[in-house]
Amino acid sequence: MEAIEASQLSKTYKGGVRALDGLSLEVEAGTIFGLLGPNGAGKSTTVKILTTLSRADSGEARVAGLDVVRDAQRVRRSIGVVGQKPGLDGDATGRENLEMQAEIYGIRGAKRRERVDELLERLGLAEAADRLGKTYSGGMQRRLDVALGLVHRPKVLFLDEPTTGLDPEVRAGLWQEIERLARDEEMTILLTTHYLEEADRLAARLAIVDRGRVVAQGSPDQLKSELRGDTVQVELVESTNGDAVAALHRLPGLSGLSVDGRVLRARAENGAAAVPTVLAALEENGLHVAAATIARPSLDDVYLRHAGRSFEQADGDNRKEAA
Amino acid sequence: MTALNHTKHVALRYIRALLRQPAWVAISLVQPVIWLLLFGALFKRTADIPGFSGGSYIEFLTPGVVVMLAVSSAGWVGMGFIEDINRGTMDRLLVSPIWRGALNLGSVAQSMLSIVIQSAIVVGLAVAVGARFHNGVAGVAVLIAVGALLGAIFASLSNGVAVLTRQRETLIGIVTMVTLPLTFLSSALMQESLLPSWIRWAAKFNPVNWAAQAGRSAAQANTDWGLIASRVGFLALLLLASAAFATRAFNAYQRSI
Repeated sequence: MEAIEASQLSKTYKGGVRALDGLSLEVEAGTIFGLLGPNGAGKSTTVKILTTLSRADSGEARVAGLDVVRDAQRVRRSIGVVGQKPGLDGDATGRENLEMQAEIYGIRGAKRRERVDELLERLGLAEAADRLGKTYSGGMQRRLDVALGLVHRPKVLFLDEPTTGLDPEVRAGLWQEIERLARDEEMTILLTTHYLEEADRLAARLAIVDRGRVVAQGSPDQLKSELRGDTVQVELVESTNGDAVAALHRLPGLSGLSVDGRVLRARAENGAAAVPTVLAALEENGLHVAAATIARPSLDDVYLRHAGRSFEQADGDNRKEAA
Repeated sequence: MTALNHTKHVALRYIRALLRQPAWVAISLVQPVIWLLLFGALFKRTADIPGFSGGSYIEFLTPGVVVMLAVSSAGWVGMGFIEDINRGTMDRLLVSPIWRGALNLGSVAQSMLSIVIQSAIVVGLAVAVGARFHNGVAGVAVLIAVGALLGAIFASLSNGVAVLTRQRETLIGIVTMVTLPLTFLSSALMQESLLPSWIRWAAKFNPVNWAAQAGRSAAQANTDWGLIASRVGFLALLLLASAAFATRAFNAYQRSI
Protein backbone atom coordinates (compact mmCIF):
# COMPACT_ATOMS: atom_id res chain seq x y z
CA MET A 1 0.00 0.00 0.00
CA GLU A 2 1.16 3.52 -0.72
CA ALA A 3 1.03 5.82 2.28
CA ILE A 4 1.65 8.90 0.17
CA GLU A 5 0.84 9.43 -3.48
CA ALA A 6 1.35 12.72 -5.20
CA SER A 7 0.83 13.24 -8.87
CA GLN A 8 1.73 16.22 -11.00
CA LEU A 9 1.74 18.78 -8.20
CA SER A 10 2.26 22.32 -9.39
CA LYS A 11 2.30 25.53 -7.45
CA THR A 12 3.27 29.06 -8.31
CA TYR A 13 3.42 31.60 -5.52
CA LYS A 14 2.29 35.17 -5.83
CA GLY A 15 5.02 37.09 -7.58
CA GLY A 16 5.58 34.28 -10.04
CA VAL A 17 7.92 32.02 -8.10
CA ARG A 18 7.31 28.55 -9.48
CA ALA A 19 7.80 26.30 -6.47
CA LEU A 20 6.51 23.04 -7.94
CA ASP A 21 6.42 22.05 -11.56
CA GLY A 22 4.70 18.70 -11.93
CA LEU A 23 6.13 16.85 -8.94
CA SER A 24 5.07 13.23 -8.47
CA LEU A 25 6.09 10.69 -5.88
CA GLU A 26 4.95 7.54 -4.13
CA VAL A 27 5.88 6.38 -0.67
CA GLU A 28 5.29 2.85 0.44
CA ALA A 29 3.72 2.42 3.88
CA GLY A 30 6.11 1.71 6.72
CA THR A 31 9.21 3.08 5.07
CA ILE A 32 11.39 6.15 5.42
CA PHE A 33 11.35 8.20 2.27
CA GLY A 34 13.78 11.02 1.70
CA LEU A 35 13.08 14.12 -0.33
CA LEU A 36 16.47 15.45 -1.17
CA GLY A 37 17.25 18.73 -2.83
CA PRO A 38 18.95 22.08 -2.41
CA ASN A 39 17.28 25.09 -0.82
CA GLY A 40 14.39 26.31 -2.93
CA ALA A 41 13.96 23.03 -4.83
CA GLY A 42 10.35 22.68 -3.69
CA LYS A 43 10.71 20.25 -0.78
CA SER A 44 8.97 22.37 1.81
CA THR A 45 6.18 23.33 -0.57
CA THR A 46 5.59 19.63 -1.20
CA VAL A 47 5.36 18.99 2.53
CA LYS A 48 2.99 21.93 2.99
CA ILE A 49 0.66 20.55 0.34
CA LEU A 50 0.79 16.98 1.63
CA THR A 51 0.06 18.17 5.18
CA THR A 52 -2.97 20.31 4.10
CA LEU A 53 -1.26 23.55 5.07
CA SER A 54 -1.14 24.79 1.51
CA ARG A 55 -2.92 23.89 -1.72
CA ALA A 56 -1.48 22.92 -5.06
CA ASP A 57 -2.62 24.91 -8.11
CA SER A 58 -3.01 21.61 -9.94
CA GLY A 59 -2.33 17.95 -9.39
CA GLU A 60 -3.57 15.55 -6.74
CA ALA A 61 -2.26 14.04 -3.58
CA ARG A 62 -3.41 11.34 -1.18
CA VAL A 63 -2.00 10.72 2.26
CA ALA A 64 -2.97 7.59 4.21
CA GLY A 65 -5.41 6.90 1.39
CA LEU A 66 -7.20 10.25 1.81
CA ASP A 67 -7.33 13.18 -0.58
CA VAL A 68 -5.51 16.13 0.96
CA VAL A 69 -8.05 18.67 -0.26
CA ARG A 70 -11.40 16.88 -0.06
CA ASP A 71 -10.57 14.97 3.12
CA ALA A 72 -8.27 17.53 4.70
CA GLN A 73 -9.66 17.14 8.20
CA ARG A 74 -9.25 13.34 8.18
CA VAL A 75 -5.76 13.66 6.73
CA ARG A 76 -4.89 15.94 9.67
CA ARG A 77 -5.93 13.21 12.10
CA SER A 78 -3.63 10.70 10.39
CA ILE A 79 -0.47 12.74 10.11
CA GLY A 80 2.17 14.15 12.40
CA VAL A 81 4.22 17.10 11.24
CA VAL A 82 7.53 18.42 12.47
CA GLY A 83 8.04 21.63 10.57
CA GLN A 84 11.18 23.46 9.69
CA LYS A 85 10.48 26.23 12.18
CA PRO A 86 10.06 25.19 15.79
CA GLY A 87 6.34 24.72 16.39
CA LEU A 88 6.50 24.62 20.13
CA ASP A 89 5.11 27.36 22.34
CA GLY A 90 8.07 28.84 24.20
CA ASP A 91 5.88 30.41 26.86
CA ALA A 92 4.52 27.03 27.90
CA THR A 93 6.37 24.17 29.54
CA GLY A 94 7.19 21.02 27.60
CA ARG A 95 4.41 19.22 29.40
CA GLU A 96 1.86 21.95 28.74
CA ASN A 97 2.77 21.95 25.05
CA LEU A 98 2.11 18.23 24.85
CA GLU A 99 -1.07 18.46 26.90
CA MET A 100 -2.61 21.03 24.59
CA GLN A 101 -1.58 19.02 21.54
CA ALA A 102 -3.24 15.94 23.07
CA GLU A 103 -6.45 17.88 23.71
CA ILE A 104 -6.55 18.97 20.07
CA TYR A 105 -6.63 15.31 19.05
CA GLY A 106 -9.26 14.48 21.65
CA ILE A 107 -6.87 12.65 24.00
CA ARG A 108 -8.04 13.58 27.48
CA GLY A 109 -7.94 12.67 31.13
CA ALA A 110 -5.85 9.69 32.21
CA LYS A 111 -4.96 8.78 28.64
CA ARG A 112 -3.54 12.22 28.12
CA ARG A 113 -1.39 12.01 31.24
CA GLU A 114 -0.11 8.60 30.25
CA ARG A 115 0.76 9.59 26.69
CA VAL A 116 2.42 12.85 27.68
CA ASP A 117 4.58 11.12 30.31
CA GLU A 118 5.49 8.41 27.84
CA LEU A 119 6.65 10.88 25.20
CA LEU A 120 8.57 13.04 27.66
CA GLU A 121 10.38 9.94 28.88
CA ARG A 122 11.01 8.61 25.43
CA LEU A 123 12.49 11.80 24.00
CA GLY A 124 14.61 12.43 27.03
CA LEU A 125 12.63 15.46 28.22
CA ALA A 126 11.26 14.07 31.48
CA GLU A 127 13.57 16.16 33.63
CA ALA A 128 12.90 19.34 31.67
CA ALA A 129 9.15 18.67 31.42
CA ASP A 130 8.15 21.54 33.67
CA ARG A 131 10.51 24.12 32.27
CA LEU A 132 9.39 26.69 29.72
CA GLY A 133 10.03 25.72 26.10
CA LYS A 134 12.06 28.85 25.47
CA THR A 135 14.66 27.74 28.00
CA TYR A 136 15.34 24.54 26.04
CA SER A 137 18.49 24.05 23.98
CA GLY A 138 18.14 23.72 20.20
CA GLY A 139 18.31 19.95 20.37
CA MET A 140 15.71 19.76 23.15
CA GLN A 141 13.36 22.07 21.26
CA ARG A 142 13.62 19.83 18.25
CA ARG A 143 12.90 16.76 20.36
CA LEU A 144 9.86 18.47 21.84
CA ASP A 145 8.72 19.29 18.30
CA VAL A 146 9.07 15.63 17.39
CA ALA A 147 7.12 14.64 20.50
CA LEU A 148 4.35 17.09 19.53
CA GLY A 149 4.14 15.42 16.14
CA LEU A 150 3.80 11.99 17.73
CA VAL A 151 1.16 12.64 20.39
CA HIS A 152 -1.71 11.02 18.48
CA ARG A 153 0.33 8.12 17.04
CA PRO A 154 0.12 9.29 13.44
CA LYS A 155 0.30 6.82 10.57
CA VAL A 156 2.43 9.14 8.51
CA LEU A 157 5.06 11.46 9.94
CA PHE A 158 6.48 14.42 8.04
CA LEU A 159 9.86 15.73 9.07
CA ASP A 160 10.80 18.91 7.25
CA GLU A 161 14.56 19.38 7.53
CA PRO A 162 14.57 17.93 11.03
CA THR A 163 18.28 18.37 11.72
CA THR A 164 18.99 21.72 10.07
CA GLY A 165 20.91 23.95 12.45
CA LEU A 166 21.69 21.19 14.93
CA ASP A 167 25.22 20.33 15.90
CA PRO A 168 26.55 16.95 14.70
CA GLU A 169 26.15 15.15 17.98
CA VAL A 170 22.52 16.17 18.40
CA ARG A 171 21.92 15.33 14.76
CA ALA A 172 23.22 11.80 15.20
CA GLY A 173 20.96 11.34 18.21
CA LEU A 174 17.93 12.46 16.27
CA TRP A 175 18.81 10.13 13.41
CA GLN A 176 18.76 7.21 15.82
CA GLU A 177 15.41 8.31 17.14
CA ILE A 178 13.96 8.55 13.63
CA GLU A 179 15.24 5.08 12.75
CA ARG A 180 13.75 3.70 15.93
CA LEU A 181 10.38 5.28 15.20
CA ALA A 182 10.18 3.79 11.75
CA ARG A 183 11.10 0.38 13.10
CA ASP A 184 9.05 0.22 16.31
CA GLU A 185 5.94 2.12 15.32
CA GLU A 186 5.67 0.97 11.75
CA MET A 187 5.24 4.54 10.79
CA THR A 188 5.70 5.93 7.31
CA ILE A 189 8.14 8.81 7.44
CA LEU A 190 8.67 11.41 4.79
CA LEU A 191 11.80 13.38 5.49
CA THR A 192 13.10 16.35 3.59
CA THR A 193 16.72 17.25 3.81
CA HIS A 194 19.42 19.06 2.01
CA TYR A 195 22.08 16.92 3.63
CA LEU A 196 23.09 14.18 1.23
CA GLU A 197 24.55 12.28 4.15
CA GLU A 198 21.26 12.30 6.01
CA ALA A 199 19.26 10.96 3.08
CA ASP A 200 21.87 8.29 2.49
CA ARG A 201 21.81 7.19 6.09
CA LEU A 202 18.07 7.20 6.80
CA ALA A 203 16.02 6.81 3.67
CA ALA A 204 15.09 3.44 2.19
CA ARG A 205 14.05 5.28 -0.93
CA LEU A 206 14.51 8.81 -1.99
CA ALA A 207 13.53 11.30 -4.60
CA ILE A 208 15.93 13.94 -5.78
CA VAL A 209 14.12 17.21 -6.33
CA ASP A 210 15.35 20.06 -8.43
CA ARG A 211 13.45 23.13 -9.63
CA GLY A 212 10.10 21.74 -8.49
CA ARG A 213 10.36 18.32 -10.10
CA VAL A 214 11.58 14.89 -9.15
CA VAL A 215 14.66 14.28 -11.27
CA ALA A 216 15.52 10.83 -9.94
CA GLN A 217 13.89 8.30 -7.65
CA GLY A 218 15.03 5.05 -6.08
CA SER A 219 16.97 3.59 -3.16
CA PRO A 220 20.24 5.37 -2.43
CA ASP A 221 22.15 2.28 -3.59
CA GLN A 222 20.13 1.98 -6.76
CA LEU A 223 20.70 5.59 -7.61
CA LYS A 224 24.39 5.30 -6.96
CA SER A 225 24.78 2.05 -8.88
CA GLU A 226 23.05 3.58 -11.88
CA LEU A 227 26.11 5.72 -12.16
CA ARG A 228 28.32 2.65 -12.47
CA GLY A 229 32.00 2.78 -11.74
CA ASP A 230 33.95 5.14 -9.53
CA THR A 231 34.81 8.77 -9.38
CA VAL A 232 38.45 9.50 -10.01
CA GLN A 233 39.61 12.82 -8.69
CA VAL A 234 43.01 14.28 -9.42
CA GLU A 235 44.44 17.38 -7.88
CA LEU A 236 47.12 19.09 -9.93
CA VAL A 237 49.99 21.15 -8.63
CA GLU A 238 49.00 24.08 -10.81
CA SER A 239 45.68 24.98 -12.28
CA THR A 240 45.21 23.92 -15.84
CA ASN A 241 43.79 25.22 -19.05
CA GLY A 242 42.31 22.82 -21.59
CA ASP A 243 45.51 20.73 -21.74
CA ALA A 244 44.45 18.27 -19.11
CA VAL A 245 41.09 17.62 -20.68
CA ALA A 246 42.73 17.13 -24.04
CA ALA A 247 45.24 14.74 -22.49
CA LEU A 248 42.61 12.56 -20.85
CA HIS A 249 40.00 12.79 -23.54
CA ARG A 250 41.51 10.02 -25.58
CA LEU A 251 41.81 7.55 -22.71
CA PRO A 252 39.44 4.59 -22.93
CA GLY A 253 37.03 3.88 -20.07
CA LEU A 254 36.84 7.46 -18.81
CA SER A 255 33.72 9.59 -18.98
CA GLY A 256 32.12 12.68 -17.47
CA LEU A 257 35.33 14.65 -17.40
CA SER A 258 35.17 17.97 -15.60
CA VAL A 259 37.70 20.56 -14.47
CA ASP A 260 37.37 22.93 -11.58
CA GLY A 261 40.55 24.97 -11.05
CA ARG A 262 43.22 22.50 -10.03
CA VAL A 263 40.78 19.61 -9.62
CA LEU A 264 39.92 17.16 -12.36
CA ARG A 265 37.03 14.75 -12.02
CA ALA A 266 36.11 11.80 -14.18
CA ARG A 267 34.10 8.62 -13.96
CA ALA A 268 35.79 5.29 -14.60
CA GLU A 269 34.39 1.78 -14.84
CA ASN A 270 37.21 0.60 -12.63
CA GLY A 271 38.87 3.38 -10.72
CA ALA A 272 41.92 1.41 -9.57
CA ALA A 273 42.76 0.38 -13.10
CA ALA A 274 42.23 3.86 -14.51
CA VAL A 275 44.44 5.82 -12.10
CA PRO A 276 47.87 4.72 -13.45
CA THR A 277 46.92 5.54 -17.04
CA VAL A 278 45.43 8.87 -15.99
CA LEU A 279 48.56 9.82 -14.06
CA ALA A 280 50.81 8.71 -16.91
CA ALA A 281 48.84 10.69 -19.46
CA LEU A 282 49.02 13.82 -17.32
CA GLU A 283 52.74 13.57 -16.63
CA GLU A 284 53.35 12.99 -20.32
CA ASN A 285 51.75 16.36 -20.96
CA GLY A 286 53.85 18.06 -18.31
CA LEU A 287 51.02 18.30 -15.75
CA HIS A 288 52.21 17.43 -12.25
CA VAL A 289 49.86 15.67 -9.93
CA ALA A 290 49.60 16.58 -6.24
CA ALA A 291 47.03 13.96 -5.22
CA ALA A 292 44.70 11.37 -6.66
CA THR A 293 41.67 9.72 -5.07
CA ILE A 294 39.14 7.10 -6.08
CA ALA A 295 35.66 7.27 -4.59
CA ARG A 296 32.56 5.16 -4.79
CA PRO A 297 29.72 7.24 -6.24
CA SER A 298 28.06 9.50 -3.69
CA LEU A 299 24.62 11.02 -3.78
CA ASP A 300 26.38 14.20 -4.76
CA ASP A 301 27.43 12.50 -7.98
CA VAL A 302 23.87 11.29 -8.48
CA TYR A 303 22.64 14.80 -8.01
CA LEU A 304 25.21 16.20 -10.39
CA ARG A 305 24.18 13.77 -13.04
CA HIS A 306 20.43 14.31 -12.76
CA ALA A 307 20.25 18.00 -12.02
CA GLY A 308 23.14 18.97 -14.25
CA ARG A 309 24.87 20.94 -11.53
CA SER A 310 26.56 20.05 -8.29
CA PHE A 311 24.54 20.13 -5.15
CA GLU A 312 26.47 22.97 -3.56
CA GLN A 313 26.23 25.00 -6.71
CA ALA A 314 22.45 24.50 -6.88
CA ASP A 315 22.13 25.46 -3.24
CA GLY A 316 24.09 28.63 -3.91
CA ASP A 317 22.17 29.47 -7.09
CA ASN A 318 18.84 29.13 -5.35
CA ARG A 319 19.96 31.25 -2.43
CA LYS A 320 20.94 33.96 -4.88
CA GLU A 321 17.57 33.68 -6.63
CA ALA A 322 15.78 33.92 -3.34
CA ALA A 323 17.75 36.97 -2.25
CA MET B 1 -18.08 20.11 22.36
CA THR B 2 -14.79 19.69 20.54
CA ALA B 3 -14.99 23.28 19.31
CA LEU B 4 -15.55 24.51 22.86
CA ASN B 5 -12.71 22.43 24.26
CA HIS B 6 -10.33 23.67 21.58
CA THR B 7 -11.33 27.27 22.23
CA LYS B 8 -10.81 26.76 25.95
CA HIS B 9 -7.30 25.41 25.42
CA VAL B 10 -6.30 28.18 23.02
CA ALA B 11 -7.55 30.74 25.55
CA LEU B 12 -5.76 28.99 28.40
CA ARG B 13 -2.57 29.00 26.42
CA TYR B 14 -2.66 32.77 25.91
CA ILE B 15 -3.75 33.47 29.48
CA ARG B 16 -0.92 31.36 30.85
CA ALA B 17 1.61 33.10 28.62
CA LEU B 18 0.44 36.52 29.86
CA LEU B 19 0.42 35.53 33.51
CA ARG B 20 4.05 34.45 33.12
CA GLN B 21 5.03 38.01 32.31
CA PRO B 22 5.09 39.77 35.67
CA ALA B 23 5.63 43.16 33.98
CA TRP B 24 2.50 42.69 31.89
CA VAL B 25 0.46 41.70 34.91
CA ALA B 26 1.71 44.66 36.93
CA ILE B 27 1.08 47.15 34.12
CA SER B 28 -2.41 45.79 33.44
CA LEU B 29 -3.34 46.15 37.08
CA VAL B 30 -1.84 49.58 37.56
CA GLN B 31 -2.98 51.10 34.27
CA PRO B 32 -6.69 51.33 35.21
CA VAL B 33 -5.72 53.00 38.47
CA ILE B 34 -3.56 55.57 36.71
CA TRP B 35 -6.15 56.35 34.08
CA LEU B 36 -9.02 56.74 36.46
CA LEU B 37 -7.15 58.86 38.98
CA LEU B 38 -5.20 60.88 36.43
CA PHE B 39 -8.13 61.71 34.16
CA GLY B 40 -10.29 62.16 37.22
CA ALA B 41 -7.89 64.75 38.63
CA LEU B 42 -7.15 66.43 35.31
CA PHE B 43 -10.78 66.98 34.35
CA LYS B 44 -12.20 67.37 37.87
CA ARG B 45 -13.57 70.84 37.19
CA THR B 46 -15.58 69.52 34.26
CA ALA B 47 -18.34 68.83 36.74
CA ASP B 48 -18.61 72.59 37.28
CA ILE B 49 -19.29 73.36 33.62
CA PRO B 50 -22.84 74.67 33.19
CA GLY B 51 -24.89 71.96 31.58
CA PHE B 52 -22.94 69.08 33.14
CA SER B 53 -25.53 66.86 34.70
CA GLY B 54 -25.09 64.06 37.13
CA GLY B 55 -22.78 63.70 40.08
CA SER B 56 -19.03 63.93 40.37
CA TYR B 57 -16.70 63.73 37.40
CA ILE B 58 -15.23 60.41 38.67
CA GLU B 59 -18.72 58.98 38.65
CA PHE B 60 -19.18 60.16 35.10
CA LEU B 61 -15.69 59.10 34.04
CA THR B 62 -15.71 55.50 35.30
CA PRO B 63 -17.71 54.01 32.39
CA GLY B 64 -15.52 56.01 30.00
CA VAL B 65 -12.33 54.55 31.45
CA VAL B 66 -13.78 51.04 31.26
CA VAL B 67 -14.46 51.57 27.56
CA MET B 68 -11.04 53.09 26.89
CA LEU B 69 -9.31 50.20 28.61
CA ALA B 70 -11.31 47.71 26.58
CA VAL B 71 -10.26 49.26 23.27
CA SER B 72 -6.64 49.73 24.15
CA SER B 73 -6.07 46.32 25.68
CA ALA B 74 -7.96 44.42 22.96
CA GLY B 75 -6.06 46.20 20.20
CA TRP B 76 -2.84 44.40 21.11
CA VAL B 77 -4.28 40.90 21.01
CA GLY B 78 -3.08 40.33 17.45
CA MET B 79 0.54 40.44 18.64
CA GLY B 80 0.11 36.90 19.92
CA PHE B 81 -0.87 35.74 16.42
CA ILE B 82 2.09 37.45 14.80
CA GLU B 83 4.38 35.72 17.24
CA ASP B 84 2.70 32.38 16.56
CA ILE B 85 3.11 32.84 12.83
CA ASN B 86 6.75 33.83 13.08
CA ARG B 87 7.62 31.03 15.44
CA GLY B 88 5.89 28.29 13.47
CA THR B 89 3.32 27.57 16.17
CA MET B 90 0.54 28.69 13.86
CA ASP B 91 1.55 26.21 11.17
CA ARG B 92 1.69 23.43 13.72
CA LEU B 93 -1.87 24.25 14.78
CA LEU B 94 -3.09 24.51 11.19
CA VAL B 95 -1.89 21.01 10.26
CA SER B 96 -3.72 19.62 13.28
CA PRO B 97 -7.47 18.98 13.31
CA ILE B 98 -8.03 21.94 15.63
CA TRP B 99 -11.35 23.71 15.03
CA ARG B 100 -10.28 26.77 13.01
CA GLY B 101 -12.60 29.16 14.82
CA ALA B 102 -10.91 28.29 18.11
CA LEU B 103 -7.81 30.27 17.17
CA ASN B 104 -9.57 33.63 16.93
CA LEU B 105 -12.20 32.84 19.54
CA GLY B 106 -9.68 31.61 22.08
CA SER B 107 -7.61 34.75 21.86
CA VAL B 108 -10.74 36.93 21.93
CA ALA B 109 -11.86 35.10 25.08
CA GLN B 110 -8.51 35.80 26.70
CA SER B 111 -8.86 39.47 25.84
CA MET B 112 -12.38 39.64 27.25
CA LEU B 113 -11.24 38.06 30.48
CA SER B 114 -8.46 40.63 30.87
CA ILE B 115 -10.97 43.42 30.25
CA VAL B 116 -13.39 42.07 32.83
CA ILE B 117 -10.65 41.96 35.46
CA GLN B 118 -9.36 45.45 34.62
CA SER B 119 -12.90 46.87 34.59
CA ALA B 120 -13.63 45.34 37.97
CA ILE B 121 -10.54 47.11 39.32
CA VAL B 122 -11.71 50.43 37.84
CA VAL B 123 -15.17 50.07 39.32
CA GLY B 124 -13.81 49.01 42.70
CA LEU B 125 -11.48 51.96 42.79
CA ALA B 126 -14.24 54.35 41.71
CA VAL B 127 -16.43 53.12 44.54
CA ALA B 128 -13.53 53.60 46.94
CA VAL B 129 -13.18 57.25 45.94
CA GLY B 130 -16.88 57.86 46.31
CA ALA B 131 -18.54 57.16 42.96
CA ARG B 132 -22.03 55.70 43.09
CA PHE B 133 -23.54 53.16 40.72
CA HIS B 134 -27.23 53.76 40.60
CA ASN B 135 -28.31 50.38 39.36
CA GLY B 136 -26.10 48.49 41.75
CA VAL B 137 -24.51 45.24 40.74
CA ALA B 138 -26.77 44.83 37.71
CA GLY B 139 -25.69 48.18 36.29
CA VAL B 140 -22.03 47.41 36.88
CA ALA B 141 -22.47 43.99 35.23
CA VAL B 142 -23.97 45.62 32.13
CA LEU B 143 -21.16 48.18 32.04
CA ILE B 144 -18.47 45.49 32.22
CA ALA B 145 -20.28 43.28 29.71
CA VAL B 146 -20.44 46.19 27.26
CA GLY B 147 -16.72 46.79 27.73
CA ALA B 148 -16.01 43.12 27.06
CA LEU B 149 -18.23 43.18 23.96
CA LEU B 150 -16.37 46.20 22.61
CA GLY B 151 -13.11 44.45 23.43
CA ALA B 152 -14.19 41.37 21.47
CA ILE B 153 -14.76 43.54 18.39
CA PHE B 154 -11.34 45.12 18.58
CA ALA B 155 -9.62 41.84 19.44
CA SER B 156 -11.08 40.23 16.30
CA LEU B 157 -10.04 43.21 14.18
CA SER B 158 -6.58 43.09 15.68
CA ASN B 159 -6.25 39.37 14.93
CA GLY B 160 -7.42 39.92 11.37
CA VAL B 161 -4.95 42.73 10.76
CA ALA B 162 -2.21 40.64 12.41
CA VAL B 163 -2.57 37.64 10.10
CA LEU B 164 -2.89 39.88 7.04
CA THR B 165 0.18 42.00 7.73
CA ARG B 166 2.24 39.62 9.93
CA GLN B 167 4.27 42.64 11.02
CA ARG B 168 4.47 43.84 14.60
CA GLU B 169 5.33 47.37 13.51
CA THR B 170 2.30 47.61 11.24
CA LEU B 171 -0.02 46.41 13.96
CA ILE B 172 1.48 48.80 16.51
CA GLY B 173 1.05 51.65 14.03
CA ILE B 174 -2.55 50.82 13.27
CA VAL B 175 -3.53 50.31 16.91
CA THR B 176 -2.03 53.60 18.05
CA MET B 177 -3.49 55.43 15.08
CA VAL B 178 -7.00 54.08 15.58
CA THR B 179 -7.59 53.85 19.32
CA LEU B 180 -6.79 57.37 20.41
CA PRO B 181 -9.00 59.20 17.89
CA LEU B 182 -11.83 56.76 18.47
CA THR B 183 -11.59 57.42 22.18
CA PHE B 184 -11.62 61.20 21.78
CA LEU B 185 -14.37 61.17 19.14
CA SER B 186 -16.72 59.84 21.78
CA SER B 187 -18.35 60.71 25.04
CA ALA B 188 -15.88 58.58 26.99
CA LEU B 189 -14.33 61.59 28.72
CA MET B 190 -16.87 64.33 28.13
CA GLN B 191 -20.61 64.57 28.36
CA GLU B 192 -22.18 64.27 24.94
CA SER B 193 -24.14 67.52 25.09
CA LEU B 194 -20.92 69.40 25.77
CA LEU B 195 -19.04 67.98 22.78
CA PRO B 196 -18.43 70.19 19.73
CA SER B 197 -21.16 69.47 17.22
CA TRP B 198 -18.91 67.82 14.64
CA ILE B 199 -17.54 65.43 17.23
CA ARG B 200 -21.06 64.70 18.39
CA TRP B 201 -21.91 63.88 14.80
CA ALA B 202 -18.86 61.65 14.29
CA ALA B 203 -19.52 59.90 17.58
CA LYS B 204 -22.84 58.63 16.22
CA PHE B 205 -20.85 56.18 14.07
CA ASN B 206 -18.21 55.34 16.62
CA PRO B 207 -18.49 51.97 18.37
CA VAL B 208 -16.45 53.31 21.27
CA ASN B 209 -19.15 55.92 21.77
CA TRP B 210 -21.91 53.29 21.56
CA ALA B 211 -20.21 51.40 24.35
CA ALA B 212 -19.66 54.56 26.38
CA GLN B 213 -23.34 55.53 26.03
CA ALA B 214 -24.62 52.09 26.97
CA GLY B 215 -22.18 51.58 29.83
CA ARG B 216 -22.79 55.01 31.29
CA SER B 217 -26.52 54.73 31.04
CA ALA B 218 -26.36 51.42 32.91
CA ALA B 219 -24.18 52.87 35.64
CA GLN B 220 -25.90 56.20 36.22
CA ALA B 221 -29.30 57.42 37.28
CA ASN B 222 -32.04 57.90 34.66
CA THR B 223 -31.07 54.66 32.95
CA ASP B 224 -32.41 54.35 29.42
CA TRP B 225 -32.74 50.61 28.80
CA GLY B 226 -33.95 51.23 25.26
CA LEU B 227 -30.75 53.11 24.45
CA ILE B 228 -28.68 50.37 26.06
CA ALA B 229 -30.45 47.68 24.04
CA SER B 230 -29.95 49.52 20.75
CA ARG B 231 -26.25 50.22 21.40
CA VAL B 232 -25.60 46.64 22.48
CA GLY B 233 -27.40 45.59 19.30
CA PHE B 234 -25.10 47.76 17.16
CA LEU B 235 -22.07 46.37 18.94
CA ALA B 236 -23.26 42.79 18.48
CA LEU B 237 -23.70 43.36 14.74
CA LEU B 238 -20.25 44.88 14.53
CA LEU B 239 -18.84 41.91 16.42
CA LEU B 240 -20.29 39.57 13.79
CA ALA B 241 -18.72 41.66 11.06
CA SER B 242 -15.33 41.76 12.72
CA ALA B 243 -15.40 38.02 13.43
CA ALA B 244 -16.18 37.45 9.74
CA PHE B 245 -13.27 39.71 8.85
CA ALA B 246 -10.93 37.71 11.09
CA THR B 247 -12.09 34.45 9.51
CA ARG B 248 -11.53 35.80 6.02
CA ALA B 249 -8.12 37.14 6.95
CA PHE B 250 -7.28 33.67 8.19
CA ASN B 251 -8.33 32.08 4.94
CA ALA B 252 -6.23 34.60 3.05
CA TYR B 253 -3.26 33.73 5.24
CA GLN B 254 -3.69 30.04 4.54
CA ARG B 255 -3.89 30.67 0.79
CA SER B 256 -0.64 32.59 0.91
CA ILE B 257 1.47 29.82 2.45
